[in-house]
Amino acid sequence: MAATSPPGTGLLKGLGVTIKHLFQRPATLMYPYERNELAPRTRGVIALMDENCTVCMLCSRECPDWCIYIESHKETVPPAKEGGRARTRNVLDRFAIDFSLCMYCGICVEVCPFDALWWSPEFEYSEYSIDSLLHEKEKLRAWADTVPAPPPLDDGAVLPAEVADAIEKAEKERELAEAKAAEEAQAKESGAAGGAATPAAAAKEPEVEVKAGEIDQETFDQLIAEGKSERIARSKAKAAWVKKEKARLKAEAEQGGGDAAAPAAAPKPAEVHVEAGQIDQETYDQLIAEGKTERMARAKAKAAYVKKEKARLRAEAEQAAPSGESAAPEAEAPAKKQLSEVHVEGTGEIDQEVFDQLIAEGKSERIARSKAKAAWIKKRKQEQLDQEGGA
Amino acid sequence: MSDLDTKERIQPGTAPGEDVAFEIHGDGDFPTADMSLSIGPAHPATHGVFRIVLEMDGERVREARPVIGYMHRGFEKLAEYRDYRQIKALVNRHDWLSGFSNELGVALAVEKMMEMEVPDRAQWIRMLIAEWNRILNHLMFIGSYAIELGAITPMFYAFREREDIQHLLESATGGRLHFTYNQPGGLKIDLPKGFLRESQRLSTVVRERLPDYFDLVLGNEIFQGRTKGIGPLPSDVALSIGVTGPTLQATGVAEDPRVTEPYLKYGEIDVPVPVGENGDSFDRFSCLLRRIQASLDIIDQVHDHVPPGPVNSKLPKMVKAPEGATYVRTENPLGQLGYWLESDGGRTPWRLKMRTPSFSNVQAIPYLMEGVLLPDAISILGSVFFVVGDIDR
Amino acid sequence: MTAISSGATTYIAQSVSLFDGFDGFVLPLVLKIAFVLQLFFVVPLVGGYLEHKAMGRMQHRRGPVEAGPFGVLQLVADGIKFIQKEDVIPRAADRWVFAAAPGVAMVPALLVFLVIPLGPGVFALDLELGLFYALAITSVSVLGVLMGGWASANKFSLIGGLRAGAQLIAYELPLILAAITVAVQAGTLSLVGIVEAQAGFMIPGTGINVWFVFPQIVGFGIFFISAMAELSRPPFDMPIGDSELVFGYMTEYTGIKYAMYMLTEYAGMITMSALMVVLYLGGWQLLPGVPMPGCEGAGGLFDCSPIGIALSVLVTLGKIMALVFVMVWARVAYPRLREDQLQRMSWLVLVPLSLLNLAVITVFKVVF
Repeated sequence: MAATSPPGTGLLKGLGVTIKHLFQRPATLMYPYERNELAPRTRGVIALMDENCTVCMLCSRECPDWCIYIESHKETVPPAKEGGRARTRNVLDRFAIDFSLCMYCGICVEVCPFDALWWSPEFEYSEYSIDSLLHEKEKLRAWADTVPAPPPLDDGAVLPAEVADAIEKAEKERELAEAKAAEEAQAKESGAAGGAATPAAAAKEPEVEVKAGEIDQETFDQLIAEGKSERIARSKAKAAWVKKEKARLKAEAEQGGGDAAAPAAAPKPAEVHVEAGQIDQETYDQLIAEGKTERMARAKAKAAYVKKEKARLRAEAEQAAPSGESAAPEAEAPAKKQLSEVHVEGTGEIDQEVFDQLIAEGKSERIARSKAKAAWIKKRKQEQLDQEGGA
Repeated sequence: MSDLDTKERIQPGTAPGEDVAFEIHGDGDFPTADMSLSIGPAHPATHGVFRIVLEMDGERVREARPVIGYMHRGFEKLAEYRDYRQIKALVNRHDWLSGFSNELGVALAVEKMMEMEVPDRAQWIRMLIAEWNRILNHLMFIGSYAIELGAITPMFYAFREREDIQHLLESATGGRLHFTYNQPGGLKIDLPKGFLRESQRLSTVVRERLPDYFDLVLGNEIFQGRTKGIGPLPSDVALSIGVTGPTLQATGVAEDPRVTEPYLKYGEIDVPVPVGENGDSFDRFSCLLRRIQASLDIIDQVHDHVPPGPVNSKLPKMVKAPEGATYVRTENPLGQLGYWLESDGGRTPWRLKMRTPSFSNVQAIPYLMEGVLLPDAISILGSVFFVVGDIDR
Repeated sequence: MTAISSGATTYIAQSVSLFDGFDGFVLPLVLKIAFVLQLFFVVPLVGGYLEHKAMGRMQHRRGPVEAGPFGVLQLVADGIKFIQKEDVIPRAADRWVFAAAPGVAMVPALLVFLVIPLGPGVFALDLELGLFYALAITSVSVLGVLMGGWASANKFSLIGGLRAGAQLIAYELPLILAAITVAVQAGTLSLVGIVEAQAGFMIPGTGINVWFVFPQIVGFGIFFISAMAELSRPPFDMPIGDSELVFGYMTEYTGIKYAMYMLTEYAGMITMSALMVVLYLGGWQLLPGVPMPGCEGAGGLFDCSPIGIALSVLVTLGKIMALVFVMVWARVAYPRLREDQLQRMSWLVLVPLSLLNLAVITVFKVVF
């Protein structure tokens, strides 16, 4: 434009920079249609896993702007054993976070000793009225479905003690199992049996990872009775719980492996790493069609994608190294699903039968509830599996 | 403005009760009267609630009086009732554009009081993120200063870069402005996998895009016409007022705690400190722009240094600074940030005094604005980089 | 439809509008009013859309996308929003002046469209003093700005209004001097006549037809800068100067009154661009020396078939939009000047330069 004044190079360069951008693709995202993939650590919304909450009130007390409301009552639980001591425990009645006050510092998530609070990157919960930002227990529980797995740490990082220990233990166990399998294989070879179970047994022992969080009530009570301080008792009880849980899981897995059905020996889904990120369009569309909210649909579709991807990878891996399939023809049918492969959303419903039974057995309500929940999920899974099998 | 007869009417722009008497200047045919013009507290150029009362003679400023305190939130008092973990979430809000550097200051102070050993890895990562935070801050001011001079485009480019950097930092810290990533003794959690690689990539991307700002803003003749020779600040005046950061460096004083009093691992690497000559608006802005380059240089060096290892040390259940006091100063993006931390041994500080760079920088405004034209006043206001929350606290 | 011109003669004193071809008095009148109004309300919106979109893309974003396909209806949506807004008049304001000011600013911008020729016969009026009329009436707009600035009872508004006044005085002179130079070269003040004169202008000694922009590149530059300054478009937007004066004379305006000011600005961009197209860029001529298909009259620009007329209008609008784009480009790329720098540029650079330009062109005209 500058024709009369000596055209300054600076002026021309400015025109050049701007016109250059005219022909580049805009840097903006068309937000509601396109979305930025947010990091798993993003502090979007706080999710609550209420079954982990012990009403210790730490989060509420540490919150710098006091936006967490917790209400609970004490319940007396009949003794577990005949002649035992009746216990009181806290039952969570209300857990609410006022997101109109929350400043997203994350201290509550940081201090929670039982992993009941989690960050989720979801952020689309704006409301027209400020009091709608008070999320009650149910809503906070729903966010828990959207919590992503924590990202793997940098290569130079020192792993947290629990993780490192677990990995070490798993390594050891695997080594042991391998040695055992090798021995067995040798024995079998020498015996010229070549049984069907061999490859299955040789396959990697499924890694058992148990999240520390719950405590073993029995151990806890015992230790308390022994006069130990609560903190110590709790941590020991936790360890005991982890140990028990591991043993249980391992036993289950072994049982699965012991059955002649070879597919159990196929790598567990946990071993196939799939980057969560894309969504399964089919699932998504279907869920949307079913009237689910978009957020929920997205989260589920994401999970579905991961699952599918995993299944695909596993199938590939199996193809690459055909293990006991020839020996177990029923494993060939890809439609045949493992229980663990069927995805059922834990919606918080419980299996009343199991629950009642456990309560009757003198278990605490918390444990009964969680077990009942698990039972419910298992049932549903079985149903789904049967259905699919029937179809 | 000789409308003396309208004195009885409401004088627009003056607060109730404010003195509206006109002082008559000059004699003869054209006597003029001063007009008091209140820039702010809600004015586009003050980006926040900052107010300057200008006594104007036509378009010429006779006197400028900054009025602060519209955003006073009582940070220092609030800090006395917060434990050290909560303070971290508090202090990254007074200068909301340099959250990480703020919390770093508090963490350093607590560590100093507790004589805590901070793992090397944590220190290097702190430096890395602090420098990214500095770039974020400077990009913001480059954009906003250009807007104050009427150029709207650099803001959008700056925000494009900011978005990328924020995305990177979010992957590690979970936050975009308020990181809350520090804790006494190190960092909350280690970097996620791939962070360093991504940081390296982004550093080259930002470096490639920087010439755009030089071409679009710094090299522009109109920009130079608006800023060169405007509001020159002699270095002795700057030092006596207590101006720090890019505003001080523009006057030719290469004062920077990262060099003169190295904290973290700044002593082990080469920290470039760009300086100006005249201390005018142009120098201040160009210092800011070159500080981005300097920060990128530091980031590139840090990438080669980050060692493996832990990022935090074992903390007691409740962090309590022992009785005593300490002062820690760091080079915040806008200048020197000092925390005077005094503890009586409890879980909260007994006193946390903040020496914030913005507060000191705006003290130069009355000096700089005397006798300039109104547009130049805006050009000066934008180049004495400040964040209102950092002034009022 | 008969687009009539005197055909063979080089200079036509006055050509007749398309709308005069209809019988009677009322029908052409109504048609002309409709023509001017639709020009006033539609073309600036197209210009505004272009600004939004081009500015967006140059700033690495998309610009409007939601309102209508590709966001074409964004400005319409804005207009509807403005109508819905509360109409606030400050208590201390001079009510009537405050209310009248946007109208005073807008009506002249509307009236300029009377004489803007978009194609052969596509204009409302071909005044003998068309150029003079256009320049005179655009200057009236600033009165509305001054009124608004004064009546708002706001110091920022007042400074903005005064700056606008100062800017107008400073830049009217180079603008008129540059325009006069064109009139001298064309030998007429009629805008249609100037277009025709350009179609018949040859480089002396050759048969190559060129537009006035080639001999008067300096004048074109002066006119362009002055036009931007007079419209207070960035980088000459000191009267608005949002970082200094909040929003200058528009600070206190809301709703429909604010929209009127904005429409005035966009309409001003269109009329100034249209004037430049007519004065320097050959009007509706596609390329120098290229007759418009479907036209037979002088220079292949008159006596057109309906297709020729439609093409001509498109060509004119295309040139206008190209100039609007350049204005937007400058807005995107440059910071704002200071008021005194602006004044200095006018009085010390543009005015002497335009006088020199006038002298050179006059000598040139007499010699050849």
